[in-house]
Amino acid sequence: MHELAITQSVVDAIVERTGPARVNAVRLVIGRLSGVVPESIRFCFDLVTADTPLAGAALTIDEPAGRARCRRCGAEFVADDVLVLCGCGCADVAVDGGDDLRIASVGLVPAAEAS
Amino acid sequence: MCETCGCDDPTAAPRLTSFPADAGEAGRSGHDHPHEHPPADADADADDRTLRLEQRVLAKNDDLARRTREWLAARNVLAVNLMSSPGSGKTTLLERTVRGLAEGWPLAVVEGDQESVRDAERIRAGGIPVVQINTGRGCHLDADMVDRALRVLEPPEDAVVFVENVGNLVCPALFDLGEGARVVLTSVTEGEDKPLKYPHMFAQADLVLLTKCDLVPFLAVDVDRSIGLIRRINPAADVLTLSALHLPAGSAGADAEPGLSAWYAWLRARRPRTDARRRTGA
Repeated sequence: MHELAITQSVVDAIVERTGPARVNAVRLVIGRLSGVVPESIRFCFDLVTADTPLAGAALTIDEPAGRARCRRCGAEFVADDVLVLCGCGCADVAVDGGDDLRIASVGLVPAAEAS
Repeated sequence: MCETCGCDDPTAAPRLTSFPADAGEAGRSGHDHPHEHPPADADADADDRTLRLEQRVLAKNDDLARRTREWLAARNVLAVNLMSSPGSGKTTLLERTVRGLAEGWPLAVVEGDQESVRDAERIRAGGIPVVQINTGRGCHLDADMVDRALRVLEPPEDAVVFVENVGNLVCPALFDLGEGARVVLTSVTEGEDKPLKYPHMFAQADLVLLTKCDLVPFLAVDVDRSIGLIRRINPAADVLTLSALHLPAGSAGADAEPGLSAWYAWLRARRPRTDARRRTGA
């Protein structure tokens, strides 16, 4: 359940940047090969954001697919799993994308509306 | 209230308990508190409704891990992150390893568990300085915990520091601790398919140790197939088979368990070279 720690990192990183400003939207990028389960992040998000400037913020998660390249035949293909086989039957595959774990952006409540 | 630092919560996790090699009784215990405050943000504009951050979630952990790596390199210290499911034999391997290597190399150990100092006591019985990290509800070690443990341990130059992660094949894979080598253990009693079930862990290992191989004659496990599945997930990793508790069947009469010798040789090759050690050949 590292998603709890990951969610805490997300909230800490955002508050470090935005300070006390109220945040009403958070957009994350969690690649399908990142090892992090978006559903678990959603589950933890309300819990972790309670009593922070992010409380009640809408969470959007983009889940880009992985990209892989066969080291034998050079074919490139989409991979949604770390366990990938190239069409040529080779398992020696380099994964080169889809492992993102980023905070893309946050939506801030203008100070006038935040009171 | 905590007598060490005056904070309100002496049970706060993670807790560190230090067992210096020569301490007479249970070591000093403590926890520290990062009192960090957010800097005033330079980029934010209160009227700008969307703030682009494009920031890695684990940036803070990874930055600290990078600093730990530099700190270790400046002291010629090799840190080895040991990861596996609970019960794969991490502590038993460490007990055996510190017996096998303590005369030649300065060693130190960081133990990670949710609760208890049992593992630290087992290692300390071998005369090796240990810091136990108790993560409470946490399921993995992170760079901050290891940084704090290393500052308590203060490993000498040229030391090898073993960091025994919390027994868990999932979460520790994600957290860089600043180590110089990542070693994943999987025991023959766990079956052959752990690499397929937990690929993230095996994919980032420098070395995979197949442990408890003395039990192979009693199991329906195929060691070659186990190694094949590890290689399928991580073709670049080194793979060794060993038995830390008993000699494997068929090696009766051998001076040493060959798998252990190979494990020591693997560690020796990973240690940063120094002029002093090159001279003595240690």
